Amino acid sequence: MKDTTLTQLQEAFPSATCTQVIDTAVLDVQPNDLTTTLTALKEAFGCDLLLDVTGIDYLTYPKPPQKERFRVVYTLRNWRDNLVVQVRTGVSNPEIGLPTASSIWESANWGERECWDQYGINFSGHPDLRRILNHVQFKGHPLRKDYPVDKRQILMESDSLEAPLKSRLASKNIAREAMTELGTDVMFLNIGPAHPATHGAIRFAVALDGETILANIVEIGYLHRGFEKLAETHTYNQVIPLTDRLNYCSSMMNNIAYVKAIEKFAAIEITERAQFMRVVLGEFYRILDHLVCLAAAGVDVGGLTNYWYLYDEKEAAYDFISKLCGGRLMSTATRIGGMYHDFHEGWEKEMEFHLAAIEKGAGDSQGLMEKNRILQDRMQNVCRFSPEQAISFGLTGPNLRSCGVPFDLRKDAPYYNYDSFDFDIPIGSNGDVYDRFMIRYEEIKQSIRIIRQAMKMIPGGPVNVNDSQVHLPKKAQVYTKIEGLANHFKMVFEGVHVPKGEWYDGYEAANGELGFHFVSDGSGTPYKCKVRPPCFYTLGAFPAMVEGNMIADAIVNLSCLNIIGGELDR
Amino acid sequence: MALGIEASLGESVLTSKLDEIINWGRKYSLWPYVFGTACCAIEFMSTAAAQFDISRFGAEVVRYSPRQADMLMVCGTITYKQAPILHRIYHQLCEPKWVVSVGACATSGGIYDNYCTVQGIDQIIPVDVYVSGCPPRPEGILNALMDLQKQIESNSILIDPQARHKDFRGILDQ
Ligand code: SF4
Repeated sequence: MKDTTLTQLQEAFPSATCTQVIDTAVLDVQPNDLTTTLTALKEAFGCDLLLDVTGIDYLTYPKPPQKERFRVVYTLRNWRDNLVVQVRTGVSNPEIGLPTASSIWESANWGERECWDQYGINFSGHPDLRRILNHVQFKGHPLRKDYPVDKRQILMESDSLEAPLKSRLASKNIAREAMTELGTDVMFLNIGPAHPATHGAIRFAVALDGETILANIVEIGYLHRGFEKLAETHTYNQVIPLTDRLNYCSSMMNNIAYVKAIEKFAAIEITERAQFMRVVLGEFYRILDHLVCLAAAGVDVGGLTNYWYLYDEKEAAYDFISKLCGGRLMSTATRIGGMYHDFHEGWEKEMEFHLAAIEKGAGDSQGLMEKNRILQDRMQNVCRFSPEQAISFGLTGPNLRSCGVPFDLRKDAPYYNYDSFDFDIPIGSNGDVYDRFMIRYEEIKQSIRIIRQAMKMIPGGPVNVNDSQVHLPKKAQVYTKIEGLANHFKMVFEGVHVPKGEWYDGYEAANGELGFHFVSDGSGTPYKCKVRPPCFYTLGAFPAMVEGNMIADAIVNLSCLNIIGGELDR
Repeated sequence: MALGIEASLGESVLTSKLDEIINWGRKYSLWPYVFGTACCAIEFMSTAAAQFDISRFGAEVVRYSPRQADMLMVCGTITYKQAPILHRIYHQLCEPKWVVSVGACATSGGIYDNYCTVQGIDQIIPVDVYVSGCPPRPEGILNALMDLQKQIESNSILIDPQARHKDFRGILDQ
């Protein structure tokens, strides 16, 4: 953030209170000024990406910063100038709530729905305010502090989705009389959540004219496992294994994003070696994530060969990962202040071996796919999305870049020395499914470049900070000295104490910007930990992408968006 | 040298018990329906892929319709929102059928002891084999398959294979 930005913001919004938290500008506004502030930030300050919407419940917060129990936070980004702005406002009556922002950004639609579902905060004027993560028969709002974490509610029967689909269809102004005259009618079809093409637990309902999609709605939450509520009952380090299970195809990246956010606010400087380790491993996992997406997308268009080519390399990489983390899928490899432990001996050779194998495997696969006429016909010019649409829906990562927007946090807001690496940001030219598919091959190549450079530059030294308030003491001290033992005990039971405050930090994960919004009450347990999952907003754009296309196109589009349930539903 | 009836029929005929031949056929041709909801399903992908190769156990014919499968593999967390779907799919499987609960979540809710997660699928459907791990290694999943094969060996055509669960009442059975 530029030094002058805060002054400019304060001048533009005299009735708001502007403060700076890390490098985010925070604006506290009155509910009445919310819509005008948000609009002005979008129009005059270039904040055209609404990253996330979330609520906060201060019921049990010691000395809350405001008199109202609830607060809503909008996190915006001006991606051109690397500016993050948070707009916060108190909510005195959640049933009346706030005016919706869904007419300013499309992404506010799902963001606010989630906020209503989890906190019970109303958004007046919202076009489709209904439950999104929890089931239809659910009573109450689980992220409220007075909702017990283990109060379970049984759902006897699934929602038919008939009403929302019909209302979406009605909004499309389809001339159904004309269809009846032709002796045809709209057909309603349900796909998922137990359908092979939905890759897990996503559900669609479509209204079809022949094979063409007239209206589509997406139902999620089938894998809502209460990550955010659980995080409030675990110490900061205990949450790391839970982050593995967000995007389980690239667990390490979630680990890194999570601890990076905490370290940034708590001003913990990790060692150079740890930074390089995180770069090497983060990029390695980006490759693995893309491999799974490409492998599965091939299967969805009927190309099983591709799956064998690509999955083989992923499987081989598990050998390396097992040596490093002890497990295959779940890494849990970072800690606040560094890493679980250093690389094993001889890792460079193994890594180089895997990189070469991946280069070959991905190269073979790309050669196979690029020349494949069936694949081209299935993917090219299908489900096209314009850069403006993509930004309005809050797409990030490869899906955004495939629409031609060159936004990548590694370049635009570099961390961990990314500015010292030589790499390119591939972008698409057409915004179609083909671009979303092919961009991942290119990103794999760029990640390999970064890893090779990082391996040359990685310095020696420790991988953890030397601070007894952050990192566990050495075992020798724990076993021989009472201070060491007490220190260890406190670290395990109370966790790392993070200063009181609220902040947001983003990380360029395999699927886009993975952000964490924390509220800390100064203890060792997060008061609130909200994930900004890239998949969530990507899938929010799905109906707009597929409407007007054929039903089979929706299937390939879904596989090339790479939606991962764990992160989507949390 | 063959004995009994086989001695008089020559080498072209083998005698066996009907039970044994049916069980032998069943245990080497289990067709899985993978109810993959979460991370554990990724490990199932590994189990099916070249290195672990589930087809060595005759169970590679992964079906996407419950009507064509007899082994339900629940790989991943089951939430209350998901539960009615799992329940329905179980009842759509043709008999005889078996259920494998893959991983800590399916078995007990795993690390998710909270408002939205079912604390084990055996609250909804009967389970024959449980696999521990979060996620289990592919060897674990294969081991469960072998356990199931052992169970099938002791079946008899004179006994209804579903009788073993006749007293089962889950939270959605009302
Ligand atoms: S048992 Fe572990 S790996 Fe399996 S679905 Fe649950 S959290 Fe994921």
